[in-house]
Amino acid sequence: MQLPKLPLGDAVEALVDWIEQYFGWLLDAVSAGLGFLIGGLQGLLLAIPAPVLILLAAVLVWFVTRRDIKLAGLTALGLLLIWDLQLWNLAMLTLALVLVSTIVALAISIPLGIAAAGSDAINAALRPVLDFMQTMPSFVYLIPAVIFFGLGNVPGTIATVVFAMPPALRLTNLGIRQVPTELVEVADAFGSTPRQKLFKVQLPVALPTIMAGVNQCIMLALSMTVIASMIGAGGLGYQVLVGIQRVDIGMGFEAGLAIVIIAIILDRITQNLVPQYENR
Amino acid sequence: MKLEGSVIFEKASIEDTTSPQPIISVRNLTKVFGQNPEKALELHRKGRSKHEIYAETGSTLALNNVSFDVMPGETFVLMGLSGSGKSTLLRCINRLIDPTEGEILIDGEDIVGMGQEELRETRRRKLGMIFQNFALLPHRTVLDNVAFGLEIQGVPVEERQKKAEEILRMVGLGGYGGSMPGELSGGMKQRVGLARALTSDPDILLMDEAFSALDPLIRRDMQDELLDLQQRLVKTIIFVTHDLDEALKLGDRIALMKDGSIVQVGTPEEILTNPENAYVEKFVADVDLTRVLSASDVMRRPEPVARCTAGPRVALHLMEEHDIGSVFVVDRWRRLRGLVTLDDTLKAVQAGRGLEEIITTDVPTVALDTPLTDIISVIAGSRYPVAVVDDENRLQGLIFRGTILAALARKGEDINATA
Ligand SMILES: Nc1ncnc2c1ncn2[C@@H]1O[C@H](COP(=O)(O)OP(=O)(O)O)[C@@H](O)[C@H]1O
Ligand SMILES: [Mg+2]
Repeated sequence: MQLPKLPLGDAVEALVDWIEQYFGWLLDAVSAGLGFLIGGLQGLLLAIPAPVLILLAAVLVWFVTRRDIKLAGLTALGLLLIWDLQLWNLAMLTLALVLVSTIVALAISIPLGIAAAGSDAINAALRPVLDFMQTMPSFVYLIPAVIFFGLGNVPGTIATVVFAMPPALRLTNLGIRQVPTELVEVADAFGSTPRQKLFKVQLPVALPTIMAGVNQCIMLALSMTVIASMIGAGGLGYQVLVGIQRVDIGMGFEAGLAIVIIAIILDRITQNLVPQYENR
Repeated sequence: MKLEGSVIFEKASIEDTTSPQPIISVRNLTKVFGQNPEKALELHRKGRSKHEIYAETGSTLALNNVSFDVMPGETFVLMGLSGSGKSTLLRCINRLIDPTEGEILIDGEDIVGMGQEELRETRRRKLGMIFQNFALLPHRTVLDNVAFGLEIQGVPVEERQKKAEEILRMVGLGGYGGSMPGELSGGMKQRVGLARALTSDPDILLMDEAFSALDPLIRRDMQDELLDLQQRLVKTIIFVTHDLDEALKLGDRIALMKDGSIVQVGTPEEILTNPENAYVEKFVADVDLTRVLSASDVMRRPEPVARCTAGPRVALHLMEEHDIGSVFVVDRWRRLRGLVTLDDTLKAVQAGRGLEEIITTDVPTVALDTPLTDIISVIAGSRYPVAVVDDENRLQGLIFRGTILAALARKGEDINATA
């Protein structure tokens, strides 16, 4: 026996039509905004001569790692390799995509994380959503992105944002909730306003945990580059995809290596950005 | 200020320095932790114990109808076993915990009924707090930690840092302003905690087991330091401790708590000599050294003393130099002759009379081996310090009201350490 098929597909299509009809302007605005950010950042990165940018990156790493000369040297070497492999332009696009996705993801997840830490109700409401988001295979995010934004860098960024958000939100929430009770009491006992308490005690004390979330957010965004290229996002990820499709091992390997190099550099920078203080 | 007795510092007695208005007045304070305070209170009225109430409702009766007054300049100690409600009571006073019932008047204003704005203002101006685990902000320098209260009040950065530096020097940490809290030892951290509380110059200091996390020697130093500071600054201090020695040493009055109620309030002497019920008695008996210690354990060097051959001007000079109201007089063989008071000596100088003529011989003396229990009653009934003399009436030492308790606390540690 065969059950009558529910018209679920039709219903979804109707919903999408409805959204496009009434919120089309919003989708267009988001699309234009993201496109501008990505293009602008990529343009900026490419406007700086590669050797200068490589030197700047090395100095930045040297500075945030508190003068780890070895790491700074490796950073320079890795970036030189990318340049030498003639992947520089693609790498800068990837970097622009990752940074824009991360910034948007953090701009949403950190305030939400703060709200979740401040209210058990919000926390309880967000938790199933986050669980759902994190158990979804990352491919699934491509579908709504394509539906609403078509193909290209923008839907790739949207999918990446959604994919990269949850850990930053969770860790912001956790970091604030883990601030020792006595420290919160200090803020209250000395007569802080809720705002002063947040900015002078809770956020600074939670900062190392929040930074771990930022770090994870960036790493997830990078890991999404290859997948996002399936819906037309450019950069190194697309190069890997093409390498796979053409069974061009050399090409796929070179682009993949470039992604790994960028990942390691971004990881080291974010891990060292804030000093860890002893908590007693 | 002149005080009786040849004692350089005696804590100013409360009546001297204060108006009779209490600065803190706690009235019928009750706190229930948990979902259903009404049910818990109802069970309590029916005479159920804290445990029964918890078993039945899942709520904890942490404070049970507590009332007491604290006078300005007083050090009021809350003492009791762990879980007796001390921290809860302390935190109700600055409303880190909201009481279930009752009122807390601070300078006559009920903090329980205050709105947020008024509450913040009261916390900023009147209430300083010092925490058991120091609770220094780990991302801030020592100086910025100390300046925290003023920063919250919106005081400009230069002004608050100047003030913070001044207070840091006062607690003996001048020059450490640039350090991070993680670089300091426990004792130093708590000095920073103390400095932070003092910087906004509150009238009231709330101290929750402030010295309990420190090792015994450092702890004793900090107690002395607090007594010292208190003598200069005259704050009203509510000090929570589970340690009787500490309570005796620091407290002008002690409130003993049990299961959320206050079972006895009194001066250290009253608590020691006159425990009100079996619970207090047991508490006191655990650490009762008054029977173990004798005069020779607690006395101080007999200084200054006047020789009876010296003139009244010499005696006057001694009293002025040490800022005391009387001085003991001995003969050539250091045998105790008695004591002269400042008033009598002044008169003697004017009238040109000798020291011999104004000696009061009616002074309390005890032997070297007199047990502390007896000394406490002697000292309680005397305006002067107690002189300790040997078999031949030679002056061996002096015992003062304040230091007897300090010595008691100190010896307790030594005995515990060697036992
Ligand atoms: N936030 C809280 N929630 C529930 N119960 C609490 C809370 N704080 C304290 N209590 C309970 O209240 C009682 C008194 O605790 P507390 O004031 O911390 O005691 P003390 O400081 O004397 O050790 C204890 O039984 C404790 O378990
Ligand atoms: Mg406690």
